[in-house]
Amino acid sequence: MRFRLNGKQVDVRAPAMKRLLDVLREDCGLTGTKEGCGEGECGACTVLLDGQAVNSCLVPFGQVRGRSVKTIEGLRGRHPLQDAFITEGGAQCGICTPGMIMAAAALPPNATLDQVRVGLAGNLCRCTGYMGIYRAVKKAQGSGLKAQARTRAKAGTNRTQKAAR
Amino acid sequence: MRTPVSTFELIEPRSLPHALALMRDSQPIVPLAGCTDVYVALNAGTPPGTRYLNLLSLDALRGIARRDGVISIGALTTFSEISRSALLARHLPALVMAAREIGAVQIQNRATLGGNVANGSPAGDSLPVLAATDAVVVLRSAAGKRRVPFVAFYTGYRLTVMRPDELVVAVEVPPVDGRQWFRKVGTRAAQTISKVVIAAVRAPRPRIAFGSVAPTVVRARRTEEALASGGTIDDAVAALGAEIAPIDDMRSTAEYRLRVAGNLIRQFWTETA
Ligand SMILES: Cc1cc2nc3c(=O)[nH]c(=O)nc-3n(C[C@H](O)[C@H](O)[C@H](O)COP(=O)(O)OP(=O)(O)OC[C@H]3O[C@@H](n4cnc5c(N)ncnc54)[C@H](O)[C@@H]3O)c2cc1C
Ligand code: FES
Ligand code: FES
Repeated sequence: MRFRLNGKQVDVRAPAMKRLLDVLREDCGLTGTKEGCGEGECGACTVLLDGQAVNSCLVPFGQVRGRSVKTIEGLRGRHPLQDAFITEGGAQCGICTPGMIMAAAALPPNATLDQVRVGLAGNLCRCTGYMGIYRAVKKAQGSGLKAQARTRAKAGTNRTQKAAR
Repeated sequence: MRTPVSTFELIEPRSLPHALALMRDSQPIVPLAGCTDVYVALNAGTPPGTRYLNLLSLDALRGIARRDGVISIGALTTFSEISRSALLARHLPALVMAAREIGAVQIQNRATLGGNVANGSPAGDSLPVLAATDAVVVLRSAAGKRRVPFVAFYTGYRLTVMRPDELVVAVEVPPVDGRQWFRKVGTRAAQTISKVVIAAVRAPRPRIAFGSVAPTVVRARRTEEALASGGTIDDAVAALGAEIAPIDDMRSTAEYRLRVAGNLIRQFWTETA
């Protein structure tokens, strides 16, 4: 079955009713996505489906046909969120971290603390007490905003260049 | 124990007529929308079937529109889409309030209105809104379309008038006059199954519906009557006590629910005065 995985077109053979979580871990070798509860409560299995945060333990593989999936591995290199989780103490044992980061990655760029709390309300953490996580997300959003402004500026130049041509 | 699913079938219909033909000819078959109820059951080892029908490609079940004042909401509309809808914010704010309190973002991005209605849990948070606003469930089968008043849709605990060959295609809500009010009471804001949930409309004839206080969502007709006929709020609360039948369960006690339901009526009445 064809779908986009972390930006690349892939063709993966797996049963249609298999959980996306298991297809990612077992058939795609992407073990960054974790299983906590297996019932939609904890958010450890959060991935982006067409840019929206979803619990991959509740998604049948057949429903991602032709769609785009992004996992923690898809953030590549050192994403501002990953850096901030390290420096702000946003991760301790780490089991919740990939899901936390993917849920944070789906937040609007200038999210208020309230929006961060609501956006991460479906992600449970047994270690940090959440404050380090909120700090990390706010911090990354600061640097992320700058990075986005840079990309936007670049894209803007590209568009003007194209228009000029 | 998690259900082994490798032998389970997921059938992709080519169109709505094809889906309806499958619902007629290929029973037993379980329709699948956002899977937030069905996959919890699968992961818990209690699969509702072995053959499934993927509804997600059926565009006929999507979209929010307003025609002659009636708002039609496609069965596949997710609670995130409901939260973002300017049309609903304006005409059906109670549903937007309910949508924002369902699960958490990951659930809202997948869970559909049609799934909430068809699943029929008495704790479904959209249900009191649809009951209080006299919504209509639009059902389709290969034999045709029919409209069922929401208040006549449930016949018992998780039982509906839907036939096995039918799909919910949309929910229609007639124009609502008066101020809409919604409140969900649970252990925390997110990921919480309601202990008590209420939706109400403040008008000369108030409309009030409760979830989680009976085997199905209920319209509190006698309470409405008490308020409409100029009775005191205490009369209304007393009437409520006679028409809801909460139970003790893992989430709460009957006594707590009754008390909270009464408090909610009082709160509704003062806040919308
Ligand atoms: C962690 C978590 C938190 C939750 N929190 C809440 C909450 O706060 N409030 C709440 O109300 N619910 C909550 N739920 C329950 C669930 O998300 C909702 O009931 C949701 O609306 C179901 O929609 P779905 O599209 O995911 O349904 P599915 O799981 O796809 O289907 C549910 C049932 O409806 C049937 N069905 C679906 N669509 C149709 C259709 N168009 N026609 C006929 N039959 C259909 C299916 O066959 C199945 O029996 C929660 C679930 C989880 C896992
Ligand atoms: S493992 Fe998916 S939400 Fe917990
Ligand atoms: S860091 Fe251990 S659960 Fe969050």
